[in-house]
Amino acid sequence: MSEPALLADGLYKSFGALCVSDNVCFELGGGECLALIGPNGAGKTTLINQLSGFVESDAGAIRFAGRDITHLSPDARARAGLARSFQITSVIPSFSVLENVALAVQARAGSSFRFFGRAAGERALNDEAMAALARVRLDDRALSPAGSLSHGEKRVLELAIALAMKPKALLLDEPMAGMGREESQQLVALLADLKATCPMLLVEHDMDAVFALADRVAVLVYGRIIAEGTPDEIRANAEVKAAYLGEDAA
Amino acid sequence: MSATLVLVQILNGLQLGILLFLIAAGLTLVFGVMGFINLAHGVQYMVGAYFAVAFYGLTGNFLAAMLLALASALALGLALEFLVFRHLYDRDHLDQVLATFGVILFLNQATTVIWGPAPLIIPQPEFLSGSIPLVGGLLYPVYRLTIIAAGLAVAALLWFIVTRTRLGMLVRAGASNPDMVSALGVDVRRLFMIVFGFGAMLAGFAGVLAAPIFSVEPGMGDNMLIVAFVVIIVGGIGSIRGSFIAALLIGLVDTLGRSMMTDILKLFMEPSAANQIGPAIASMLIYVLMAAILFFRPTGLFSVGRAA
Amino acid sequence: MSEAALSGAADRSVAATETILHGYLVSASIFLTLAAVPFMGFLGPEGFILPLVTRMMILALAAIALDLILGHGGLVSFGHAAFVGLGAYAAAIMVTEGVTEVWAILAVVLLVTAMFALVTGYVCLRTSGVYFIMITLAFGQMVFFAASSLSAYGGDDGLTLWDNASLFGTGWLADDRGLFYVTLAVLVACFLLVQSIVASRFGRVLRAARENERRTASLGVDVFRVRLAAYLISGMLAGVAGILLTCQAEFVSPAAMAWQRSGELIFMVVLGGMATRNGALIGAIAFVALEHILSDLTHDWKLIFGPLLIVIVVYSRGGLAALLRRITGGAVRV
Repeated sequence: MSEPALLADGLYKSFGALCVSDNVCFELGGGECLALIGPNGAGKTTLINQLSGFVESDAGAIRFAGRDITHLSPDARARAGLARSFQITSVIPSFSVLENVALAVQARAGSSFRFFGRAAGERALNDEAMAALARVRLDDRALSPAGSLSHGEKRVLELAIALAMKPKALLLDEPMAGMGREESQQLVALLADLKATCPMLLVEHDMDAVFALADRVAVLVYGRIIAEGTPDEIRANAEVKAAYLGEDAA
Repeated sequence: MSATLVLVQILNGLQLGILLFLIAAGLTLVFGVMGFINLAHGVQYMVGAYFAVAFYGLTGNFLAAMLLALASALALGLALEFLVFRHLYDRDHLDQVLATFGVILFLNQATTVIWGPAPLIIPQPEFLSGSIPLVGGLLYPVYRLTIIAAGLAVAALLWFIVTRTRLGMLVRAGASNPDMVSALGVDVRRLFMIVFGFGAMLAGFAGVLAAPIFSVEPGMGDNMLIVAFVVIIVGGIGSIRGSFIAALLIGLVDTLGRSMMTDILKLFMEPSAANQIGPAIASMLIYVLMAAILFFRPTGLFSVGRAA
Repeated sequence: MSEAALSGAADRSVAATETILHGYLVSASIFLTLAAVPFMGFLGPEGFILPLVTRMMILALAAIALDLILGHGGLVSFGHAAFVGLGAYAAAIMVTEGVTEVWAILAVVLLVTAMFALVTGYVCLRTSGVYFIMITLAFGQMVFFAASSLSAYGGDDGLTLWDNASLFGTGWLADDRGLFYVTLAVLVACFLLVQSIVASRFGRVLRAARENERRTASLGVDVFRVRLAAYLISGMLAGVAGILLTCQAEFVSPAAMAWQRSGELIFMVVLGGMATRNGALIGAIAFVALEHILSDLTHDWKLIFGPLLIVIVVYSRGGLAALLRRITGGAVRV
């Protein structure tokens, strides 16, 4: 496949005197997982915000599925097939788990401008939502209010929501954050499964997950990508080790 | 319309703008620093005017009345803060708006009960009476010029405090990030009270100044408040500089618009039609201006960090 | 799904249905009671009771309209009285000019309010939070002043109607009882309409955007368009309430769209319980009743109402709906 699924070209972003994205360039090809790692404050979430359209870059371009999406709104990008998860869990707490996912199905399936007919009873939406929930093994919690889920379950719900969007690429912002060992492993397995059909950009601190999933790794420090390569190459890179001095990098 | 008449209207517009600024400054500070939307701020203005009238009746001296009125307005503001407002700081804007609405209802009614519904009179101060000649044989009231001067002096004072003193720095910091200021060990409660009290006094001061020339009646603060909202929206919430520029702009547009709109329309249409819709359009001008500015800059001309 | 999970889910599903039924039961009771009012001679003289209850229903309609954007949409519109006023003035002006058929009036009012909602909504909805509140307040004030300046139609003093609107050429709307039942019918119809909207796909994205705008946008929903549509519907329904207001009072004045009226509408919704099935309805009825009782007590009733409003806001959460639920231990879900 010649055209990468997602391409970032020279992204710059500053907040006042602080430069959080400094000439960031990368390519995400089909069927692969590109992991983005780096110390806290490196600008990883801001980068995801720029890619998903919630923050406007000062300069640079973003191409997705062959189109220039640099100036598209977040919802337009989502409709084009770019899905994301949030670093701080972002579900609709008062909706049921099922309804959270059905909402995603509805948003993808098109018209939300239907004013009649009980949405909660729509078989088509619910069936597709249940299928996504079944894939992440959350289907037994379908009717619980999303706010009542444990932290780990909410992270998994985020993934189910992203799946329901049938995305062409996935931006994952620290999906393992705050999850226990076993939950993380389950999530890693899910993501590994998903990789083939949906290329993903994975921002993570959990190195086990990164090395299990990533085909390539990019390292972001103070807004600049200082290294890019296979997981083994990055593990051996001296500059990367220096940036992570004091952190467990292996 | 002659040039002198236009000049008079420009000066009147500036005078209205200055009064609006005095009200808006307190409003934007309180919202910027405390995140508190205070619908009852207009009442501070009304209370300033009423206390001025009351104390003038007692003392016969305008300056004495003004000082006493300012002190009373401050006292009332702090009382309101203690009784009602401090329960609302953590609540959402809807609750704040409704509760302060209740304060307005109560105080407007209380004013009617105490002083009656009819407008009250207070004469302009002796030492500021009369007019002085300006350009082209135009005579303009000294008192109105004094209002403009007083307002500019207060604006300068505010500018000095906000940009050159430690208190001002705290206020500016608080406007962008109150939690940070608190985390740095500043007594945020006291900061709030100072900001609030100061804002209340500014509005009261505007009320005192306005008393001799505007109608002192219950509810006089309500419309000024809404126009003050327009001022801070246009200027950008949290920005005093924005409030100043926006206030003058809106004062000018409103005053000039009202005096000239019908005549302008007569250039295009029948005099009878112009007389009909002229006043209506003139009254809508500042809101149309607000909409136009927001269309291009949704957060106002000079907005500061804090998210609405 | 395991056995336990299945039955747990079924339980929750039953509970949800129960709540829905409960809510509609309450609605039906209220509407049936209202329908019976003209036969309840013990309440008082008909010439007094009917207009009072008609006013309750008109304001309930406006409150239900507001709740769509306020309760379900999460947007505090402090200018909704402008829509009511636009409807009221359009009706009054048309009747004064000789067009009395209420269907014609309805068409014009829907058009006018839709246009006003579209233009002002386009400006307001690109902002949020406090900005939105202040801007809607400002636009409401703008309409108020425009109406006050309409010297041809009474200006400040208002416009008295010498005719009334007619329904299919009949004089139903000019008659106390006729107007009562027409208002009730319109109220029920709009109530059901809003219920349908809230439960629909559209309602779902509106409510989702209220709780988590970012998340909803990240799913591909154009939140601005959704909110604009809700604002339009909400405004148009409030305009319909305005028509009925003119028919009832046979008089219209700028006071109908004063910003205090907008505040009162918000209070009604909050008092009853925002975004509940019957909250706006109950809140409006309670407000009019309260206003009536207090103003009977003293001419200066706002001295009591003001602090009462403050106390309710500071200490009550969820309004009367939540209160009813707490008092009856969850038995009555409004």
